[in-house]
Amino acid sequence: MVRQLRLYALLAAVALFCLLPLTWLLITSVKPEAELASLPPILPLNPTSIHYWTVIYESTLLRALLNSLLVAVFTTVFSLCVGALAAFALAKLRLPGAGLYLAAILSISMFPPIATISPLYIVVNALGLRDTILALVGLYSTFSLPLSVWILTSFFKAVPEELIRAARVDGCSNLQILSKVVLPVGMPGLAATFILVFIFSWNEFLLALTFSVTEASRTVPVAIALFPGLHEIPWGEISAASMIVSVPIALLVFVFQKRIVAGLTAGSVKG
Amino acid sequence: MIGDNRKYWYIAPALIVLALVTIYPLVHVVSLSLHRKLLIFDISRFVGLENFRFMAGDSRFWTAFWNTVYFTVVSVGLEIVLGLAIALLLNQTFRGRGMMRAIVLLPWAIPTVVSAKMWEWIYNADYGVLNYALGTEINWLGSPLWALNAAVLMDVWKTTPFVAILLLAALQDVPQDLYRAARVDGAGSAKMFQRITLPMLMPMIWVVIIFRTLDAFRVFDAVYVLTGGGPAGTSETLSIYAYNLLFQTLQFGYGSAVALSVFICVALLTLFFLRALRRSEW
Repeated sequence: MVRQLRLYALLAAVALFCLLPLTWLLITSVKPEAELASLPPILPLNPTSIHYWTVIYESTLLRALLNSLLVAVFTTVFSLCVGALAAFALAKLRLPGAGLYLAAILSISMFPPIATISPLYIVVNALGLRDTILALVGLYSTFSLPLSVWILTSFFKAVPEELIRAARVDGCSNLQILSKVVLPVGMPGLAATFILVFIFSWNEFLLALTFSVTEASRTVPVAIALFPGLHEIPWGEISAASMIVSVPIALLVFVFQKRIVAGLTAGSVKG
Repeated sequence: MIGDNRKYWYIAPALIVLALVTIYPLVHVVSLSLHRKLLIFDISRFVGLENFRFMAGDSRFWTAFWNTVYFTVVSVGLEIVLGLAIALLLNQTFRGRGMMRAIVLLPWAIPTVVSAKMWEWIYNADYGVLNYALGTEINWLGSPLWALNAAVLMDVWKTTPFVAILLLAALQDVPQDLYRAARVDGAGSAKMFQRITLPMLMPMIWVVIIFRTLDAFRVFDAVYVLTGGGPAGTSETLSIYAYNLLFQTLQFGYGSAVALSVFICVALLTLFFLRALRRSEW
């Protein structure tokens, strides 16, 4: 009984550690301006939704949300398609040197993005792609590709060989085996990869900051980092904007926590 | 099947894309680092290793370097210890495990920029809830003593969950028979942790240390948004210094050299870890 109590007390402490800062964000987002500049009160005396309306109607956050959504969707689709093809070859086609390819791809994922940003900047500029969503999609797809290949390979390896042999006996080509056997059976892996790449792309900051100039391509993290304030930092509005962009991610986490954990684990197990 | 080159078609797109966007720029950045290149004046001149010689005597570079090392060592160290504790806790049987796992994943999943802004507000010297809770009046982000540590604390909050989740997965793979056998032999829980849990977890702990070290060494957004590298460069990391050189002063030659130094450090760290791992396997 005492053991149980201690266990739940510790769990509560961990939950508080994770949730308290986020709760403070929520509280700040519904505090009227006057209450932001004094402590106490901790809890808002007159909760207000004014910051949310200001952010929605008077800032470019909605445009940034749309940009982020487009970038994330195109990135995940592209990264998953290219990644699935490569992972299929690495996991199931007995490619000579498959382990070597995997190691090379993993080491690329360790690349610090800052190291290659100056040439990328020159190239993106020269191609006239600066401040476009296309540039971000191209870069994110590539930077997330190692993750996709790595996770998908580990999931595809788990697809039973008998299924593949049976499909081959039935006269399936490699492409048909991929589309009719490996992809359907490897669906959990695809879902896990989709969520992880989506989160990566939704949250990425360095490349977005470098390549977006105007609101035409500005994504959510950049919009929040550069949130304009007239005189003082508008903490209420920043908190409201932060809440708005974090809620979709929080929902993803609560609905798909099992998949996320599976993906993270598959991504970290050594080949 | 022999001589079937068509299977290379499946991996070719991935390799081509990776070569174009990572390998090629890496070659290009080496060449940039050997030039004196100022974007605004359209100046570009080959200067050999001049940039690196300058870097060796550049005190701002060395401050950034040691800041990065400090940030990496302290935050990864804390994350491993805390993450292990949380993983052991989550590995117990209790109601609402799925819920708890989701809660723990939240800090990891929300955008780094959001968490940096949030902590900036929590650390606020005048109206911040941290000073209020502690009853202090510390200017956390404005003091050279605290700024970098404030960034470390934020990173620990944000990334410990990631570490805990990975270690938890490894914990769940430890065969329960081992514990049963040990209990029969009369081993206490401290002994079991030391003789069974820790050795079985060691491979995953290494993986996490490597991942986190390489990731922390290139830290940019967390610190950039939280402190901007300030006050007076006391929390500036290598990535931030390189970014400022490249995009504030537009020194593409020297900036590339500093950016390349991050890559070289990460590569050396990787080699070091691989050697350490290989040795520990004997």
